[in-house]
Amino acid sequence: MTDQELLIKIRGLKIEGRSEDTWNEIVHGVDLDLHRGEVMGLIGESGAGKSTIGLAAMGFTRDGCRISDGTIEFDGIDLRNASAGVKRGLLGKRIAYVAQSAAASFNPAHRLIDQHTEAPMIHGVSSTKESQEDAMALYERLRLPDPENIGFRYPHQVSGGQLQRAMTAMAMSCRPDLIIFDEPTTALDVTTQIEVLAAIRDIVEQFNTAAIYITHDLAVVAQMADTIKVLLKGDEVEAADTRTMLSAPKEDYTKSLWAVRSFSPPPKPPVPSGETPVISVNNVSAAYGVVPVLFDVNFNIYRGRTVAVVGESGSGKSTTARCITGLLPPTKGQILADGEPLPANYRKRNREQLRQAQMIYQMADTALNPKVRISEIIGRPVQFYTGLTGNDRRKRVEALLEQIELDPADYYNRLPTELSGGQKQRIGIARALAAEPKFIICDEVTSALDQLVAEGILKLLDKLQRDLDLAYMFITHDLATVRSIADEVVVMKQGKVVEQGEKEQMFQPPHHPYTDLLLSSVPEMDPDWLTNLLKERGVENLGDAAAARI
Amino acid sequence: MSLVAKRLALGAVTLFVVSLIIFGAVELLPGDFAEEILGQGATPEAVAAIRQELGLDRTPVTRYFDWLGSAVQGDFGVSFGNQRSVAEQLAPRFGNTLFLALVAACIAVPLALVIGVLAALYRNSIFDKVANMTTLTSISSPEFFVAYILILFLAVMNPVFPSLSNISSDLDFWTRLDRTMLPALTLTLVVTAHMMRMTRAAIINLLASPYIEMARLKGVSPARVIVRHALPNALAPIINVIALNLAYLITGVVVVEVVFVYPGVGQLFVDSVKIRDIPIVQACCLIFAATYILLNLTADVLSIITNPRLRHPK
Repeated sequence: MTDQELLIKIRGLKIEGRSEDTWNEIVHGVDLDLHRGEVMGLIGESGAGKSTIGLAAMGFTRDGCRISDGTIEFDGIDLRNASAGVKRGLLGKRIAYVAQSAAASFNPAHRLIDQHTEAPMIHGVSSTKESQEDAMALYERLRLPDPENIGFRYPHQVSGGQLQRAMTAMAMSCRPDLIIFDEPTTALDVTTQIEVLAAIRDIVEQFNTAAIYITHDLAVVAQMADTIKVLLKGDEVEAADTRTMLSAPKEDYTKSLWAVRSFSPPPKPPVPSGETPVISVNNVSAAYGVVPVLFDVNFNIYRGRTVAVVGESGSGKSTTARCITGLLPPTKGQILADGEPLPANYRKRNREQLRQAQMIYQMADTALNPKVRISEIIGRPVQFYTGLTGNDRRKRVEALLEQIELDPADYYNRLPTELSGGQKQRIGIARALAAEPKFIICDEVTSALDQLVAEGILKLLDKLQRDLDLAYMFITHDLATVRSIADEVVVMKQGKVVEQGEKEQMFQPPHHPYTDLLLSSVPEMDPDWLTNLLKERGVENLGDAAAARI
Repeated sequence: MSLVAKRLALGAVTLFVVSLIIFGAVELLPGDFAEEILGQGATPEAVAAIRQELGLDRTPVTRYFDWLGSAVQGDFGVSFGNQRSVAEQLAPRFGNTLFLALVAACIAVPLALVIGVLAALYRNSIFDKVANMTTLTSISSPEFFVAYILILFLAVMNPVFPSLSNISSDLDFWTRLDRTMLPALTLTLVVTAHMMRMTRAAIINLLASPYIEMARLKGVSPARVIVRHALPNALAPIINVIALNLAYLITGVVVVEVVFVYPGVGQLFVDSVKIRDIPIVQACCLIFAATYILLNLTADVLSIITNPRLRHPK
């Protein structure tokens, strides 16, 4: 390819981030070439600098970051030295951005279509009326329901997957040359993700838009990108076209990323017949106010075993957990612990009943009090549930830290802010273990973590289960996780259990149609996976009827 | 709507509690009207005679319920001091206070919003710092001091406005406005700082939001980002602070009224406390309490109206 087709040319890009009063380099001299119509995948774990580089390609840095060296050219324009006015003229018009969380990135005070028409209006590309009509055509093309009217809703009235498509439509409003997609499907359910991926890929091809697609999910990037660049801690590891990268990665780090999904512990012996389940959910129904959200949920969890509860957001997974812990008293049915009914409300449970069931949360960041030291975070439940004080308590906390594979000498006095995401989640686990429970609810404990870190957590949970004979209820939407650690699977949809059974059965056909939909929606590494899947589902020519109108 | 009804009912309860507290507080004041009015010549017989005439010899509980019973029918009783009805005395004074508050609000609210938005737009600039310092200085100085400074500059050195605000109902609007200007400006200086700083803080608070970043990445100019993308989402706290300050304009103006000899409720209130003219004191207090409650209710309703999540449920 010649230089004329080069849309983005980045050379030796260095970016610094401020922490307190010092500037630390977070991107160490990255080169990036993007041609017209090319889709490049930027992948890496958190802290790799993906988003920072993606934004820098727009000539933008977040507060607390600055570009310290290198050049950024967009279509021959030097973005690093361009005036704010020149950059504003490009942003939204020739370079557009699709953010990770559409729910947070749409302004809650304005209707979707008013936000859509803003860029064409301020850039003088088209009149408000023209761009409204164009918005409707784009909404139809992106297969949004009721394209004529959906734009007149406020963001909170539209679902997450729909918002993400509306945001892609908004990025397209001025027909830009380049779109930066910053983890656009990370916050979505697998079934919704497919629709959004298909919509994005389709529209990017249709308008021959170049794109930088930022994600940590390899299988997703395999579907979307022509070329892949792997980043690690602000450095490029390697870059190649997608198929080469997938079939023959050169670097060890890339290979390790590819291999992550392979954790599979040895199977456990079957439950002896006649054993009383540790926790038994009996015909439980629940409601938020007058809105019923759970309907006759039934399942048992046995000692030393893991029940994975899967389903999309809104399926009632976390609500079931709230019923078990007594945070949400069921309207009908009972929770049994070791065969004995538990009081519905946690306030009426005694300390022994409370001790038996503990919880680990999804966001370790917000689940730990940032002002309290580790010794206290773990020490408090130790004292509360076991009555240990003074030196005994300290020894117990240190033993717990060793159990979660953190060195007590180093971590005992740290604050949560001095830990990485995976370490915080380990502290969350230690806090649950401090009560010496029989049963732990793990609510999406790995979904906020990078794959390598998540795997470490899964291994730890598995080891603890075998050592301590713990029962887990593992709430997740990630079927790869289920495949590796579950013994039994409960599939939920809209507050009902649609299918449940041993893992081996569940992953073998025939499935319940919904389980099938979930399973088939998990992206695979094969770059043709999405194309084949769409063909199978008969939506190969996504929105062709709408295409004619644009 | 049911929310508004609930707030109104709560407001009524608050008013009732306030009336109890006022009555109790006035009871605790040393001396009563009879002793105060007779002064040195308070012989026990004369005091008893006046007490009997005004019904002060009855127990506090009977007096309270008597007063409450007629108050809910709109009859606030008769002033002890001059035997005119409380409503008749209070109405023109309250009108004057409202007029002053209105003039002050018409200047202060737009001024505070504009300075607040500009300070958020040019945050940490010279303009931001000067605006912050000026408004902080004016809010930190005692009101009478601000008032005398204004008199010095705008009445004595450059006679723009009259320094005495002796207004009456027979004056035409412009003369009234002219005479109200100095107290209104004083109040403006006192309340602007609070509202302006809240506007600035509420907007800056939102500037880290993803949707603000999105607006910037759409090429929206900084001014438009603030006014169109941040301000509509910052309205609720701003409205609440405005409501509190408007209430202050009505209930907290005693000092300013005294300095400018402005015939408002505040002056009447102070005079009545001095002579233990209980019916007037109670009526004034109720008006003040009702003002607070009504303005806060208005603020709540406005916050709901400006929030699309509450206005357009799913």
